[in-house]
Amino acid sequence: MTKIVVAVKYVPDATADRTFSADNTVDRVGVDGLLSELDEYAVEQALQVVEAGEGEVTVLTVGPEQASDAVRKALQMGADAGVHVQDDAIHGSDAFATSLVLAEAIKKLDYDLVFFGMASTDGGLGVVPTLVAERLGLPAVTFASEVSVDGDTVKIRRDGDVATQEIEASGKVVVSVTDQSGEARYPSFKGIMAAKKKDVQEWTLADLGLDAGSVGLDNAWTKVESFEPRPPRTAGEIVTDEGDGGAKLVEFLASKKFV
Amino acid sequence: MTEVLVLIDAPDGKVTKPSLELLTIARRIGEPSAVVFGSADNATLTEYGAEKIYTYDDAAYAEFLVGPKAEALAQLVADKSPAAVLVGASTEGKEISARVALKTESGWISDAVDVQADGGTITTTQSVFAGNFTVKSNVTKGAPVITVKPNSTAPEAAPAAGAVEAVTADISDAAKTAKITSSKPKEASGRPELTEAAIVVSGGRGTGGDFSEVEAFADSLGAAVGASRAAVDSGWYPHSFQVGQTGKTVSPQLYVANGISGAIQHRAGMQTSKTIIAVNKDDEAPIFELVDFGVVGDLKAVLPQATEEIKKRKG
Repeated sequence: MTKIVVAVKYVPDATADRTFSADNTVDRVGVDGLLSELDEYAVEQALQVVEAGEGEVTVLTVGPEQASDAVRKALQMGADAGVHVQDDAIHGSDAFATSLVLAEAIKKLDYDLVFFGMASTDGGLGVVPTLVAERLGLPAVTFASEVSVDGDTVKIRRDGDVATQEIEASGKVVVSVTDQSGEARYPSFKGIMAAKKKDVQEWTLADLGLDAGSVGLDNAWTKVESFEPRPPRTAGEIVTDEGDGGAKLVEFLASKKFV
Repeated sequence: MTEVLVLIDAPDGKVTKPSLELLTIARRIGEPSAVVFGSADNATLTEYGAEKIYTYDDAAYAEFLVGPKAEALAQLVADKSPAAVLVGASTEGKEISARVALKTESGWISDAVDVQADGGTITTTQSVFAGNFTVKSNVTKGAPVITVKPNSTAPEAAPAAGAVEAVTADISDAAKTAKITSSKPKEASGRPELTEAAIVVSGGRGTGGDFSEVEAFADSLGAAVGASRAAVDSGWYPHSFQVGQTGKTVSPQLYVANGISGAIQHRAGMQTSKTIIAVNKDDEAPIFELVDFGVVGDLKAVLPQATEEIKKRKG
């Protein structure tokens, strides 16, 4: 019986016009959002581990009201239950405060393993898994392109830039998986119907024994001073290849001193 | 002047270019102290401005993932109270530095493309949302722990004292839990590392699976080769060369996109490149909105001609 918590994030759709709110935080309300694509891989791997034996998958998210959509999607894929931590005080939390909320929520759950995607598709820092592990005092095996669970040992393969590594850890373990770990399944019609009956718990900071002063924008250890849209690129020169496209390309390179 | 700790990346002892960039940036803030796990070419560190070189020698640093390094660096930060800690924005660099920031209750800023010091204030610049916004930030608590992207500055030599000091740290058992049981080095391609390269030439769906024209053109320029997600997902090129949201983010002096339409996933990984060129058969491809120079045409014809022309010019 393997109990896995999969932490997922609700993110602004990358194909929409992503922007900032008046308080310099990412606008998560005014744009369409969805379950971060990279977290679908974590849900998939957790489901595969459970399907290979026995167990259950609980999907956990921290975010505004709409973030329940991300939980719902994971439930449609096949996760058994959901937890949504929602509290106005969390607004503007950075990776550190988010990792605190996640760690406290995970402590309240009965679990063996914690799965994450490799990074979010908005902030994209990729450090929440390692920070949650640090807070929980658990081993972290991150950026897995392959995961296997054997008894109480988790083995992963990491395809790094300079080497391919095999990494293992035992006991309760935090795992993050990359988009190379295996295609994520689409929810089936049956899965979509079944998800409607699945239990999603709503927790607040008080439920986690956390104080509003430990999270949120005002308690971050960094401050965004300003943001500005990148100036639009000035239209470049476009030529059509009439047998001389390569030569013209090199002329441009030479004019910029690249050759 | 206060110390600035710089975590050095030196596979097989050779100090990487991004590490030299960090030493250069550190000099804007204070006196650079290099932090080395294992060994590095100390002469190079000294030449590029390291006043001190802290070296750690313990098998645990190579045997386990980031836990031991993070504990050691956090202890050094507590001991030295540096003005800042600079780390490369690699996967490992981010994990180590985030843990150090948490342990020392310091603000952490990641993926900076610029770091400036004005009096006591350190301000970072980041590029977010596929390069569509630039964000300036600073740290309000502790010693700023900052990860810096490759190519954020040019390394400048500035010979310093380079005093070597061997340091030991207390590593807890809890830090020694994610064990590396095997490590197979990747075969070297002979080309520059993708995220560090000054020029990147990449190929996408338009290659039809044959990267030979892209590679030949890249080699004529001494460039790294990249690939779009479409090309990687089709199995045409290894994932470690993927440029984009789920791959590498590159910011070279020159980026040449060949047979790549320019979907948001790809743009996220290359939009901050200084000069952008595209070759694509489809004159409506969104990549052309980004380019400084574009050729509407078949890369199978355009690239070989360009490669020949460059060879001719180089003689």
